[in-house]
Amino acid sequence: MKRLRYTLWIIVGFAAALFGLFAYQLSQPKDEFVESAMVGQPMPEFDLPPAVAERPGLSRVDLADGQPKLLNVFASWCVPCAAEAPQLDALERSGANIVGVAIRDRPEDLERFLAIYGNPFSRIGRDDISEVQLAIGSSGVPETFVIDGSGTITYQHIGDIREGDVPTLLDELQKAGS
Amino acid sequence: MIAELGLAALWLAAALAVLQLIGALFGARHDGNELAALVRPAAVLQGLLCAVSFLALVYAFAVTDLSVKLVAANSHSVKPLAFKLSGAWANHEGSMLLWITVMAFAGGLIAFIERRLPERTMMATLGTQAFVGIGFYLFILLSSNPFERLSPVPPEGNGLNPLLQDMGVSFHPPTLYIGYVGLSVAFSFALGALLTRQVTPEFARVMRPWVLGSWIFLTIGITAGSYWAYYELGWGGWWFWDPVENASLMPWLAATALLHSASVLAARDALRTWTIMLGVVAFSMSMVGTFLVRSGILTSVHAFAVDPERGSFILMLLALYIGGALVIFALRANTIAEGERFSVLSREGALVVNNVALTAILGIVLLGTLYPLLTEAFDVRVSVGPPYFDPVSAIFFLPMLAIMAVGPLLRWRKDSFDRIKVPVLIIALVTVAVFALVLVLADVSFLSLMGMAMSIGVAIASFMPLRGRSIRRVPLAVWGMCIAHFGVALALFGVAADTAFQKERLVAASPGDTVEVGPWEAKLASISPVAGPNWTAMQGDIFVSYMGGPPTETFPQARSFWAPQGETSEVALVTRWNGQLYVALGNRAEDGRWQLRLWWKPFVTWIWYGGLLIALGGAMALIGRVIGDVRRRHATARGEERRAEEAGLLPEPAE
Amino acid sequence: MRFLLPILAAFFLVQPASAQDRMPPAPYAYTQLEDPALEDQARELMHTLRCLKCQSQSIADSDAPMAGDMRHQVRTRIAAGESPAEVREWLISRYGDYVSYEPQVSSTTWPLFAIPVVLILLAAGVLLRRVGRRDEPEAGEGEGA
Repeated sequence: MKRLRYTLWIIVGFAAALFGLFAYQLSQPKDEFVESAMVGQPMPEFDLPPAVAERPGLSRVDLADGQPKLLNVFASWCVPCAAEAPQLDALERSGANIVGVAIRDRPEDLERFLAIYGNPFSRIGRDDISEVQLAIGSSGVPETFVIDGSGTITYQHIGDIREGDVPTLLDELQKAGS
Repeated sequence: MIAELGLAALWLAAALAVLQLIGALFGARHDGNELAALVRPAAVLQGLLCAVSFLALVYAFAVTDLSVKLVAANSHSVKPLAFKLSGAWANHEGSMLLWITVMAFAGGLIAFIERRLPERTMMATLGTQAFVGIGFYLFILLSSNPFERLSPVPPEGNGLNPLLQDMGVSFHPPTLYIGYVGLSVAFSFALGALLTRQVTPEFARVMRPWVLGSWIFLTIGITAGSYWAYYELGWGGWWFWDPVENASLMPWLAATALLHSASVLAARDALRTWTIMLGVVAFSMSMVGTFLVRSGILTSVHAFAVDPERGSFILMLLALYIGGALVIFALRANTIAEGERFSVLSREGALVVNNVALTAILGIVLLGTLYPLLTEAFDVRVSVGPPYFDPVSAIFFLPMLAIMAVGPLLRWRKDSFDRIKVPVLIIALVTVAVFALVLVLADVSFLSLMGMAMSIGVAIASFMPLRGRSIRRVPLAVWGMCIAHFGVALALFGVAADTAFQKERLVAASPGDTVEVGPWEAKLASISPVAGPNWTAMQGDIFVSYMGGPPTETFPQARSFWAPQGETSEVALVTRWNGQLYVALGNRAEDGRWQLRLWWKPFVTWIWYGGLLIALGGAMALIGRVIGDVRRRHATARGEERRAEEAGLLPEPAE
Repeated sequence: MRFLLPILAAFFLVQPASAQDRMPPAPYAYTQLEDPALEDQARELMHTLRCLKCQSQSIADSDAPMAGDMRHQVRTRIAAGESPAEVREWLISRYGDYVSYEPQVSSTTWPLFAIPVVLILLAAGVLLRRVGRRDEPEAGEGEGA
């Protein structure tokens, strides 16, 4: 009988733990971001053709030229990508070298997008089958990666860049450069 | 006006629930308290008021009264009427109103008809029912008022998610809800019996129809939901071990266990504490499921504005009711005398194995569903899916099937193996033969192989209990058991066969092309646009023939809805006795050809036939039990009359 | 039975129509491999990989463009001779354990495998206790089950 009672109190304890977990998770902001496991890893081998005529394409070699860069994964059909355009401009004006990977995008759509929202990119690679996106563990658009001079990913920003994120990114870029 | 009427009825019902609780508190302590006389009428009236309230909401949806916020947010004037009506419960507020309505209605029903238990136990039961109800009334009235008005009135509503504009999905949430909430009655009975220390076979007999009823609805709900996902999502899957699916499976597993343990308690006065425990667990699983779905803490969905206030409210109710019930249980369980004893080789013994296995499966589903939530607390994200659930639950499911085949052949209390030797050998031989046959003829996975062999073994075993009995004298409840067990075998065979033998074909086709998939040949004749009330679609015209037989014309569609916007795939299904051809029309490729997805799914329909048979078996058992109860009641009443008459003959008539 | 998910969607108003690209799907997103044996391997694997953009769906059950691109990756890699385990490993090295529905035993997932073992032991214990009691008339009733 005693054993039964212990078993029952264990069940009560289990339920309490469960409710505690639920309560904790309810109080946590729910972020749905899937973080890349590639942060800290060298960029994988890739070579993308240019997405628009006025900018060259992008390959692994371009990212290992000794200068740290921001790699922005974006698309013209993505609404938050338009929203982050002013912040990308601000970053470029602050001296950041930004390269772009255009996901599943048609050149004419992209031209229009860049004409409206500005073109802060030094290179834009055309990724029609999300191959680079998958290779660097990005799970959506927009995402921004910091790549150091040797071509290693040092930081990942998921979602559109808000004004408050600009200093963080500049900071990360600086760290990657030193 | 109607909306205000609905709200007023709901407030009144809530007040009656408070009255019912107070009356029951007094009634459960002393027999014949005056306030206790109020309890039953309060429960009945409360049920009726909730029904009025719910009908008021349905009316607001039927006439698309856009001044009601809920209607404006979820309905649209050009929607077909059936989907306007189903819109009433296809949203948070409406579904909570449905929840409380079912609960109040069930409470009213037991108050009205149930007179077999000691009055104090009934008072404790109805008090519990009212206590649980009050929490949900508060929840609806304070944080989820479905009748809230909107000003100014918008010119048009937002509409309903296109995926939900389907007959199957319209009527399956209420089904599932009736099942979920029906288990609250089992919960209340269990607590009533526990509080008044009346855990008797009579209690099990009184509770059993309610468990059976809920279980039937849960079974139908899960089966219908599975079929809906199968034909609506357009990829031919019928079970994904998704958290939300698991939320509906867990109460079903607990209810299944409860059903079987209640039988033991009713027939043999054993497994007393265990049955009470399951009564608490079953409804707990309903509430946990509702919480998981409503709070949104589990589903990884980007676009949802999850309301933490609502989640916290449900969590508080969970902690109060489940936590409270478990504490009472832990305090009281020792005071319930142990039940009758039995030998291992007996019907009870088999049912204990069944209960242990079902509970273990429940534990695994709970673990696998909540584990990602646990790791997320430590910032680690993992996914648990079919590759985990399938084999791990099979560890318990396969032995359970074996017991399910043999158990019904055993006698209560004590039996000998010699007596059941012949049927058991037959079942075992057939199972092994099928196993060997499939192993030699086909290259299939171990689980599918086991599934096929055991399903055939169980199918034969399910009718073994009828052996040697006069078919016409077999009670309805036994028929019910046989049919439900046969249904399990049928569903399992469908699962195993579809998994092992399905054929998939993905092609880009132009009109005139012919595609082969398994024994089928499909010829794409043309593709043309069609229009519905609130959608337009591209429709394929495809002739399919089975093994060179006469062609059947089918019309898969890719639909685009405009209020709100969304795309659905209306698949074409060609059903044969041995399976289904599944044709889905995809997008147009750049070169002008059309994406076609075809599957030949052998015996897949048996999954849902099996599910329906399980429910049918449950219904037969329920009818059999209720008829038995009514007969017994009549017999007792007649006996009492006769005794009264006899007694009346002897002494002087009273003045 | 993903049936409650859309209902859940409806609870919180309707999702905004998400922006869609207008590119054709990747070559192997909707096209099977020539070799049926390889296609079988790829299909089985795809059913156990999580679509990162969807509401808990596998990439084999989703129309999302990214799921299509992931199917393309899986099929081309399988066709190039990689084993399903290698492809899974490749994706896990990009996205962590989240991308795979098949949890691997690791420092974070061991309870998923330990607890069923405990359950088996518990179940066996409960049942064995009953068997052991067959000859003891004093033995109790099956409360602990």
